[in-house]
Amino acid sequence: MSIELKNISKKVKGHLHIKETSLTFEPGYFNVLLGETGAGKTSLIKLIAGLDGCSTGQILMDGEDVTALSPQKRNISLVHQFFVNYPHMKVFDNIASPLRVAKMPKSEVEGRVEEAADLLQLRPMLDRYPHELSGGQQQRTALARAIAKESRAIFLDEPLANLDYKLREELRAQLPELFSGRGTVVIYATSEPEEALLLGGKTGLMSDGIVTQFGATADIYRNPVNLTAAEVFSDPPINTARIEKKGSEAVMAGGVSMTLSHAAKELDDGAYILGIRPNDVLPAKNKATDIEIIGNIRVTELSGSQSSAHFSFADENWVSLAHGVHPFDIGENHAFYINIAKCFFFSVDGQLVAQGVNNG
Amino acid sequence: MKKQNQKAWFFVLPVLLLVAFNALIPMMTVVNYSVQETFGNNLFFWQGLDWFENILRSERFHAALGRQFLFTGLILLIEVPLGVIVALSMPRKGFWVSICLVTMALPMLIPWNVVGAMWNIFTLPDIGLVGYFMNHVVGIDYNMTQDPFAAWVTVIVMDVWHWTSLVVLLSYAGLVSIPEAYYQAAKIDGASNWAVFRHIQLPKMKSVLTIAILLRFMDSFNIYTEPFVLTGGGPGNSTTLLSIDLVKIALGQFDLGPAAAMSLIYFAITLLVSWLFYTLMTKDNTN
Amino acid sequence: MAKISLSKLRHSYFDNPKSPEDYALKEIDLEWSDGGAYALLGPSGCGKSTLLNIISGLLTPSEGSVLFDQQDVTALTPDKRNIAQVFQFPVIYDTMTVFDNLAFPLRNRHVDEATVRKRVTEIAAMLEIEDMLRLRASGLSPDNKQKLSMGRGLVRDDVNVVMFDEPLTVIDPHLKWKLRSKLKELHQQLKLTMIYVTHDQTEALTFADKVIVMNDGEVVQIGTPVDLFNRPTHTFVGHFIGSPGMNILPCEMRGKQACFQDMPVKLEGPINAEIKGTAEIGIRPEFVSLGKKGIPAKVRTVADVGRHIVVHAEVKDVTVAAIIAEDVPSVGDDVHLVFESAQTRLYRDGWLATELPKSGTRAGKRTGTATRKAAAK
Repeated sequence: MSIELKNISKKVKGHLHIKETSLTFEPGYFNVLLGETGAGKTSLIKLIAGLDGCSTGQILMDGEDVTALSPQKRNISLVHQFFVNYPHMKVFDNIASPLRVAKMPKSEVEGRVEEAADLLQLRPMLDRYPHELSGGQQQRTALARAIAKESRAIFLDEPLANLDYKLREELRAQLPELFSGRGTVVIYATSEPEEALLLGGKTGLMSDGIVTQFGATADIYRNPVNLTAAEVFSDPPINTARIEKKGSEAVMAGGVSMTLSHAAKELDDGAYILGIRPNDVLPAKNKATDIEIIGNIRVTELSGSQSSAHFSFADENWVSLAHGVHPFDIGENHAFYINIAKCFFFSVDGQLVAQGVNNG
Repeated sequence: MKKQNQKAWFFVLPVLLLVAFNALIPMMTVVNYSVQETFGNNLFFWQGLDWFENILRSERFHAALGRQFLFTGLILLIEVPLGVIVALSMPRKGFWVSICLVTMALPMLIPWNVVGAMWNIFTLPDIGLVGYFMNHVVGIDYNMTQDPFAAWVTVIVMDVWHWTSLVVLLSYAGLVSIPEAYYQAAKIDGASNWAVFRHIQLPKMKSVLTIAILLRFMDSFNIYTEPFVLTGGGPGNSTTLLSIDLVKIALGQFDLGPAAAMSLIYFAITLLVSWLFYTLMTKDNTN
Repeated sequence: MAKISLSKLRHSYFDNPKSPEDYALKEIDLEWSDGGAYALLGPSGCGKSTLLNIISGLLTPSEGSVLFDQQDVTALTPDKRNIAQVFQFPVIYDTMTVFDNLAFPLRNRHVDEATVRKRVTEIAAMLEIEDMLRLRASGLSPDNKQKLSMGRGLVRDDVNVVMFDEPLTVIDPHLKWKLRSKLKELHQQLKLTMIYVTHDQTEALTFADKVIVMNDGEVVQIGTPVDLFNRPTHTFVGHFIGSPGMNILPCEMRGKQACFQDMPVKLEGPINAEIKGTAEIGIRPEFVSLGKKGIPAKVRTVADVGRHIVVHAEVKDVTVAAIIAEDVPSVGDDVHLVFESAQTRLYRDGWLATELPKSGTRAGKRTGTATRKAAAK
C-alpha cells in the first residue's frame, strides 16, 4: 500500500488553501505533517481522505486513481483531535461498528475487536459506554476502531492534542509500535515539533498551504531548506540575527565577530541571516571555537532538567535552553556561547545557503 | 480535469416537487384569480391590476391592516421580553428542569381551534370562569362579546398564553448553551446581574431570539383560527384581523378576485417585513 | 495582595460523603506567601481545579477554611474576595471592544475613568495588544482572545491573587512559549500572587517558583522545580515530572544493599528505615549513561529527539530509559548501564526511603558533572 499525491491543490473562493503538492507516503513508519494551526494540515488530510474534493491533481492509492472516490470507498480511517465515538454504543460496539458495516462475519468481528482492544489496553472497558471513560480511554477507543478496521490508510489529526501531558507521552511511545509491521499508511498531523521528533519516520513541514520539505525526520530537523522550515521545526523558536560577511569573517548585529569555515566561508560577501536553535546557545563554554555573545536576561525558566533564559541580544529576543540548573539574574548581562557547528546561514530572503559542519 | 459530481441534484428533487405542489401551484391559481373577475360557471373576465388598486385604496383594508400591525406589535412587545424573563428564571439543572420544560410546551400542543373554543368558554361573562370572576368578584364590567377593549385584551392574553412558551424554549436553549466559565468570569469581574444579561446572555441568545421573533412575527401576522373562534372578528369589526377579513371577502362575499389580490398583498407584506427584520438582525455578524 | 492559607480543607461533590474515595479533595493544609508564582500540577481528575474553584469562591468546601491574610473568606462570594481568574478557554465579552473588555473589571468597581485608561493601556502594552484596543473583541484570533482574557485578570492591581486554569490549552505550541514567558515576565513586573493550574509539567515547572504536585485529591509534594526534579519524595512525582519520567525499577533488599536484577546498586545515601523484601530504585534517565562496565542491557529503541537521544534498554524484562548525547548505540546492541549513584534513590511503598549523605556537598558536585555531560553535546 502506498499513497501518491500528484500535483494536488485546493482552491476555495479563489484562494489557494493547498498549493500544488506532490508527495508519496509509504507504510511501515509514521508520515508526520508538522505545521502551525492554519498551515493546511487538516485541509491536506481532508483531500487525501476524500472528505474534500481536489481542485487539481490526482490521488493514487497503490497506483489506483481514487481522486473521484468517496471516503467510504477509499477504505481509510480517520482519528480526530476530539474524541469521536458513538455515545449510545458500548466500547465493543464502537470498535466493531466499521466491521459490521463491512458485513464481516460475527466470529471474525469478535476476534478483531479483542485484538485491537488488547493492543490499546481496553479489554476491561469493552462493556462500558464512552461517557464512562476518561479522555485517554475515549481516544484509545477511537484509535482501536481505526486499527480494527485494517484500512489501507489511517489519518491521525492531532489525536493527542486534548490529552494530559503524561498520557500523551505514553501514547506517543505506543503508537509507532502499534502500526509497525502493518501495511497501513499512517499520516499524522501535529503542531508540536517535539512530537514529530519522537514519532520519527518521515516528516513533511507545512506552512501556508504548502509542504516545504519532506524526508526522514531527523534529517529534516538537522537540514532545513529555508528559514520558514527551521522556524516550523524548532521549539522554542529558532534564534536569528543579521550578519555581515566579509572574507572569512562575519560580524553579527551586536558587533560580535565570528570566523567562518567550510561552506559559509565560500559565500559571497554581504548580508545574511544567522539562525541557531536555543539548545545550541548555552550559558557555558564547551569548545574553543564557541562564539561568546552578551545578552540581557529578560525571563528565566528553571524546570529542573533544563534551564531556559530569554534574553535580548542585538535588538532580538533570543532564547537559550540548557540541560541542568543554571541560575540567571533578571536584568543583568550574561555571557552565552554559540556552537558554530550548529549555525545555519540563510540568505536575506530566507533560503539556506550554508550551515555549520559538525567535525568535532 | 475535475469531475463534478452532479448526483446531488437528485436529492433536491423531492423537495422541489413538494414545494411546487405546496406553494407554487396554489399561488399561481391565486395570481390567476387576482387579475380576473368571475361570477361562477367557470366564466372569467380580465381585470388587470384593478383589484389590487381597489384593495390598496380601500378603507376597510387599511383598517384591518392597522389592526393587524397593532396586534402583532403588541404580541411581540409582550411575548419576547416575557419569554426571555421566564427563560432566565427557569432552573438550569436538576429535577425541575424537565417539569418546567413540559409545562412550557403544553399550551403549544393544543390545536388552534381548541384554544379558541377554550378561551371563548373561559371568558364568557355569565358562565366562564374568568368572565364570572371579573364581573362578580373583582367587579369590573367585562364582556368581550360587546366591549371591543375587552375583546382585544382577551385575544392578546390568549395568544400570550398560547405562544410565549415558544420564545421561552428557544431562549432557554440559547441560555443553557453558554459555558459556565462565562458566568464565573463575570462573577469574578464583579459584573452586576444586568451587566451579565446585557454582555453575556443577550449576545449569546441573539441568534435564537432572532428566530423566535421571526417565527412569532409570521405566526401572529397570519393568525386566523384562534381569534376567529374566540370573537369571530367582533364585536363589530374590532378584532377583524387581516386574515379574518380576507376569509370574509373570499368566502362570505365570494369576491374571489379582490380576495386573491388581497392575499397577494398580504403575502408581500409578510415577506418584506420578515426579510427586513432578518437582514437588520444579522447585519453585523457578517462584517 | 495577600498571604493565602488553606486550613483542613476537604471537599466532596456528594451530599453525604462516607468513605475517603467520596472526597475530591482530601484534607489539604497549605500556605502561599504574598507575591509568589505557584503552580498546581497533576493529572486530570486529581482535584486541582476543585481546589482552584474553592480558592476563587466558585465552590464552597465541604470542610475547612480559606484564609486571606488570616481573614476567613470561606463564605465570601468570588466578587467579594478580590481575586482574578483566567479560564481554560478565552472568555471575552463579544459585544465590547478590546478596551472595554479590559476596563470591565475596573468599571464594575467604579474606578475613575482616568485610572481605567492608564491601567488598560499599560496592560495592553505589556501583552502587546495595544494596537487592537479599538477593535471588537469578537473578531480577534484565538491567541489574542486568550491574551485579552489574561489582561482582564491582570488589569486590577489590588487583587489578592490571580489564578490561571490551564490558560494555554487553546494556544499553538509556537505561541505557548511566547505567552508563557510573557506571563512569567508579567509576574516579575507586577509582583502579584499567581496560581497556575495545569497538567503540563513544562508549563508548571517553567512558570512557578514553587510547584504543588497533586494526585487523587492529595498533595504529594511541594517544592521548587529543581527539588521536584532532583529529589522526588514519591514515585508519582518522579514519574509525572520529567520527560521521560524517572525510571522506577523493582529491587530486592539484601540487608542494607539494594539489588536490581541481582546486581548491587549504589544509592545516594543511607536508608532511613529497615526494609525487607522488595522496594523500588528511582533514577532519572538524565543520570543513566552507557559505559564499559555496569548493568548489562539490550537496546530496544533509540529516539533522536534533536536536543538529545533517548535510549530504552532492557535489563531482562525491565525497561530502563537513558538520555544520552553522544556515542549513540543501535537497536539490539548490548550495552552497560551506569547509574550515577548520587542521583540513585530508593523508594518504599512509593515514598522516598534514602537520605542525603551527611557530608552534604557531594551530591551537588555530582549533579554538576551530569549537567556538563549533557550540555557538552
